[in-house]
Amino acid sequence: MMTAIQGFLGPWWTLAWTLAKILVIVLPLMGAVAYLTLAERKIIGYMQVRIGPNRVGIKGILQPLADAGKLLFKEIIIPAKSNKYLFLLAPVLSIAPALAAWAVVPFSPELVLSNVDASLLFVMAITSMGVYGVIVAGWASNSKYAFLGAMRSAAQIVSYELAMGFALVGVLMAAQSLNLVEIVQGQEGGFWNWYFIPLFPLFVVYIVAGVAETNRAPFDVAEGESEIVAGFHVEYSGMAFAVFFLAEYANMILIAMLTSLMFLGGWDAPFHAAPFTWVPGFVWLAAKVSFVLLLFLWFRATFPRYRYDQIMRLGWKVFIPLTLAWLMVVGAAMQTPYGYLFH
Amino acid sequence: MERIISLFKSLLLIELLKGMSITGRHFFSRKITVQFPEERTPMSPRFRGLHAQRRYPNGEERCIACKLCEAVCPALAITIESEERADGTRRTSRYDIDLYKCIFCGFCEEACPVDAIVETRFIDYHGEVRGDLVQTKEMLLATGDRLEAQIAADRAADAKYR
Repeated sequence: MMTAIQGFLGPWWTLAWTLAKILVIVLPLMGAVAYLTLAERKIIGYMQVRIGPNRVGIKGILQPLADAGKLLFKEIIIPAKSNKYLFLLAPVLSIAPALAAWAVVPFSPELVLSNVDASLLFVMAITSMGVYGVIVAGWASNSKYAFLGAMRSAAQIVSYELAMGFALVGVLMAAQSLNLVEIVQGQEGGFWNWYFIPLFPLFVVYIVAGVAETNRAPFDVAEGESEIVAGFHVEYSGMAFAVFFLAEYANMILIAMLTSLMFLGGWDAPFHAAPFTWVPGFVWLAAKVSFVLLLFLWFRATFPRYRYDQIMRLGWKVFIPLTLAWLMVVGAAMQTPYGYLFH
Repeated sequence: MERIISLFKSLLLIELLKGMSITGRHFFSRKITVQFPEERTPMSPRFRGLHAQRRYPNGEERCIACKLCEAVCPALAITIESEERADGTRRTSRYDIDLYKCIFCGFCEEACPVDAIVETRFIDYHGEVRGDLVQTKEMLLATGDRLEAQIAADRAADAKYR
């Protein structure tokens, strides 16, 4: 059947096949984003001893669809003195990197859209672009709250990118590779081989920096609803707002995915014994991603927002020295006979 | 030394883990949400909701147009006009309570010498056009007829404190 379609489409085949592969990744991702919002509202609700949305569908299961429908039909209000083109470009700039990074994310040893050698570098480069969406949104809105939010977000993302990058250097040293598939394959053989044990400080730094990168509580000063209303997207409504929302949650899932791949062994089962090997690797990966996402929501339900100068202090004066110190430890240990512990 | 201990405590994230354990425990605790239209919280017999006018068991309206409620009303929400009826008694010809003005203080009920004007426990009412929430005498009497059983029970429950 494939060859028949190939013959029918002729030169368009490559384009159509690539589009199909993109859709196969993006559509489930959008579904995951939708249900992550429901999970967030439910889990935070439960942690606050209330129930959360439970009216739309059974136990609130259709709530994300209702939200999406509402946002689709709402008007996109464009402020009179805003820069209209940048204003509408900003959500696109925000979501494009969040989706583009998925091109190199492996779901199993074979299941990866493009298995490039420097995939980790690609992910780092693409996710760094996300900050432009926030800055452009804050600037184009022509609103002081939006501008403050954008400034805060820019400084914060740049600071935490460094700590994040250093944490990943540890993974590179351990895996001896920039390829995400090879990084996961380097951890195979049970949970004691996963990198979160030898690189535990880097693992913690990576998760916290990931929370800061995605502007999630307790690092959500870019939105800071109690200080600057909604931060950079204060002037956005309807679908333009929804796109920012999608980008934030897609980024969350991406960070959770990268954490699972680089520190939690990806699709590797925790024990290579009977009941654990029956479960396919993809399910293990999904379980690990869900666990990291649960942590994200748990943090939001627990911690109050950081003060802005404290965020900067944590990023520059704690995380960067800490990661550098642990990189020295890893580097030194690799020269000793115990170096195998870090591979 | 203390500084070193506190440094290690903060590096090991002990306080943060404590906080997360508290929220984690609450995740499994019993939820206190009341599903409002289906479930309701308990309500006191003294609750001051929608107003009503009562009647005696023989069907005669209680109100004697003494206008004490009109005088005591701090929001000036009550308007009364009275006239002499054919049997020589004084009755209201008009008794309006403007619910837009009313602050539900219950003074009218306290002032009433014959327990005619009362505030019921009924709260599920609304207005759809402007002026809908000005209660006329007929509306008040109808509410009273409809809720008489509950009104009487509430007054009986509260009788020893009055």
